[in-house]
Amino acid sequence: MPVNENVNADNGSAAEAQATETKQWKPRIVAFCCNWCSYAGADLAGSSRLSYPAEIKIIRVPCSCRVNPTFILKAFERGADGVIICGCHPGDCHYSTGNYYARRRMALLFSMLDYIGVERGRTRVEWVSAAEGARFSQVMNDFAKKISELGENVKVGDLRCRQ
Amino acid sequence: MQAVSKKVLDRARELMRDGTVSRVAGWKAGEFFYDCEPALFETEESLKDLVYNRFCAANLSKFLITNDIASVADRGRTLVLLKPCDTYSFNQLLTEHRLSRDNVYILGVGCEGMCDVDRIRALGIKGITGVDESEDGKKLTVRTLYGDGEIDVDGVLVNKCETCKGKAHKIFDELISDNEEEGPRGDRFECVRELESMAPAERFAFWQKELSKCIRCNACRNACPACSCRKCVFDNNASGIASKANTDSFEEKLFHIIRAFHVAGRCTDCGECSRVCPQGIPLHLFNRKYIKDINEFYGEFAAGEEAGQRGPLISFEAGDREPNSVSDKGGD
Ligand code: SF4
Ligand code: SF4
Ligand code: FES
Repeated sequence: MPVNENVNADNGSAAEAQATETKQWKPRIVAFCCNWCSYAGADLAGSSRLSYPAEIKIIRVPCSCRVNPTFILKAFERGADGVIICGCHPGDCHYSTGNYYARRRMALLFSMLDYIGVERGRTRVEWVSAAEGARFSQVMNDFAKKISELGENVKVGDLRCRQ
Repeated sequence: MQAVSKKVLDRARELMRDGTVSRVAGWKAGEFFYDCEPALFETEESLKDLVYNRFCAANLSKFLITNDIASVADRGRTLVLLKPCDTYSFNQLLTEHRLSRDNVYILGVGCEGMCDVDRIRALGIKGITGVDESEDGKKLTVRTLYGDGEIDVDGVLVNKCETCKGKAHKIFDELISDNEEEGPRGDRFECVRELESMAPAERFAFWQKELSKCIRCNACRNACPACSCRKCVFDNNASGIASKANTDSFEEKLFHIIRAFHVAGRCTDCGECSRVCPQGIPLHLFNRKYIKDINEFYGEFAAGEEAGQRGPLISFEAGDREPNSVSDKGGD
């Protein structure tokens, strides 16, 4: 990574190196948020002036179980570096059981992604209620940090979709 | 197997003659005697082409629905010949209401393992003109243009038969078999475990190598009895994953992950996908991974064990594992 060269070349300000890196690559993260809980949680985070990374693009879905595995794969194809799915806590789904089904699907999908050798850390499921604004911001910050550590997604993604 | 084979052909003719069934779904030889393919026999006369031999690996359950043979009641019943492993697929199709049980008469046929002609050829045997079986069914005498030779059946079995699920028919109206009750053979998850134990980068390279061979002919989908949707996502041009040559490595994976996911919890591990793939891609490694995961995560489940089961992806338990427990395992 060019960051190290920068550090060596000039007088090595870490902040400067950081800035160069950020300019080069910012993680692109897609968050599928359930309308009834985490989407409202995001609102609450906003109105409570809690921040979450701007790289996270939220897509509102009616329920976590609306997330077809293809959505996730498609997001990766279009250049996402990480995909997170947020739904109501198990037992609290607006449609009673949607998140239970989503939970099984995602467990199997994540396992398959791992099996074919793509980084499993790029996908995540979190349960965040409408009252958990702070938790929403925490979850998103943690995930963004994780994705930044993993770096750019090259294994899953259509390279033609990148500039 | 030759004794069983004769009985099967005779019985099929009988059932046709006495009007129990109006047609027979079976196999006939293709260009060569070892190219057996599914075929529909509508007259007693045509039954002369019906065969049942070591090369009848094709699973006829899917054949019944591709041709909508068994959905029209007033056309009379259809006789279908099903090997033990094929009956799982039949049950699964019943579960999914893709077949009407009343329209089908199932003749369960005994099976001692099907042979793969490519594996015979791989032994350096060329110009095959015929095959004879030893009394105990363990040896084959292969007749060729250049003389005869004897080989072990075990060495030339079709991939799916190497780890046969067992010789018990799960559904039938009548049985012709001389298989003594025989449980599963070998460990069908060994190959999955082997891959799992590799480093992620090695796994990635493995799949890259295999999947880049895919020509998107859709043969795997067409042969798969679990791929029974009337309208398939891969036929939808707007889906972005419709049949077409892959332009990059991700598209290759996309097709396979989606297909494996669609049949997860419904796949009976009948092995047809791997068998029909013209590129020799080990597709069973995908399906068995899902079967193994489902067994480990949600308890043992065998799709097609009986009709009317509730599959693992359309049920749940409050205490199911969290998806993150899968992705937090460590590694990259
Ligand atoms: S690939 Fe999926 S949509 Fe197509 S037939 Fe199979 S299960 Fe159905
Ligand atoms: S049969 Fe083989 S080559 Fe054809 S689409 Fe399936 S995996 Fe690809
Ligand atoms: S409504 Fe929120 S997960 Fe189902």
